[in-house]
Amino acid sequence: MDEVLLIFGMFLVTFSVRYVLFAAAGKVHFPGWLNIGLGFVPPAVLTAIAVPAVLMPRGELWLQPDNPWLVAGLFAAIISVWRRDLLTTIVSGMAFFMLLRFGLGF
Amino acid sequence: MNSNVATENLVVIRRREMLDGAKATIPLIIGAIPFGIIFGTLAEPSGLSALGALAMSVIVFAGSGQFIALGLLAAGAAVPVIIATTFVVNLRHILYAANLVPKVRHLPQRWRIMMAFGLTDETFAAVSSRFMLQDDTRHAHWFYLGSWLAMYSNWVFCTGLGIALGELFPDMTEWGLDFAMSVTFIGMVMPYLKSRPMWAAVIVSGAVAIATIALPHKLGLMVAAICGIAVGLSLHMLLNAAGKKEKGDG
Repeated sequence: MDEVLLIFGMFLVTFSVRYVLFAAAGKVHFPGWLNIGLGFVPPAVLTAIAVPAVLMPRGELWLQPDNPWLVAGLFAAIISVWRRDLLTTIVSGMAFFMLLRFGLGF
Repeated sequence: MNSNVATENLVVIRRREMLDGAKATIPLIIGAIPFGIIFGTLAEPSGLSALGALAMSVIVFAGSGQFIALGLLAAGAAVPVIIATTFVVNLRHILYAANLVPKVRHLPQRWRIMMAFGLTDETFAAVSSRFMLQDDTRHAHWFYLGSWLAMYSNWVFCTGLGIALGELFPDMTEWGLDFAMSVTFIGMVMPYLKSRPMWAAVIVSGAVAIATIALPHKLGLMVAAICGIAVGLSLHMLLNAAGKKEKGDG
């Protein structure tokens, strides 16, 4: 019973957040600066999620070369700039991370 | 005759858009696979039944929100607390929706409802490049549909797979698969870094995210993103104004 309530409540809040602006889309008009600002949203949000995950994988800031999340993250950034392909970046980044962590025992 | 040809073309165009949408989402789906599996694996140890975990993926469809719900369940949090936290964590989707508003304005409500349900980080990333890079967006909502159907069916499938695997390998959650999300996001952010305002936005966002990590409910994430956006936008305006002035002088 609690699970039904939990899942229904989570659905309600998740869907409302996603839908509220779409529902009113015909009436909402955005000024130019807001449209430009919204262009910064995806990189800013993704960075805010990824940077702590890479620099603080265990909850504390870990800026050492023996942090496999940090080293493999930098490796992935270089691959991304070099190859310009997301799938290549993910696969080689994951492979490098696995090598560091489980091959070399970082 | 003519209208028959037109109808047939429309079907072809819609099918192509849906396929393209699904294809554009594949790299992101691959990034999400470990999370669907880990979510399914973690569910029962956290106190969510197998059926509850599957229902959550089918009905709620919110990756990080679902993970946080599991963490709170394991910590013994009450249902209202978990729902409120889900709300806060998913607030970032309002930024995505705001970004897409100009693209859904001409669509009927049933399309908007469908698109809202499928508005995840991954589909947003896939469709924003479709909307940005190609001028003809008359049929782009079919691209969106293809993207989220691919994402959704994969998420539900991987949840089920995780539930099954969780019973086979109880220690799978220690494999370090959390890096898959980071590497996906890094690969998505790097192509944006072509201007000084964009660099500034990303550096500020990352730094503030570290500085505000202790804020409850992942609120620091919102604060960091907003700071990054504000700095990027301000710098864009400043450089633009300076550029115009220079042009006027010359």
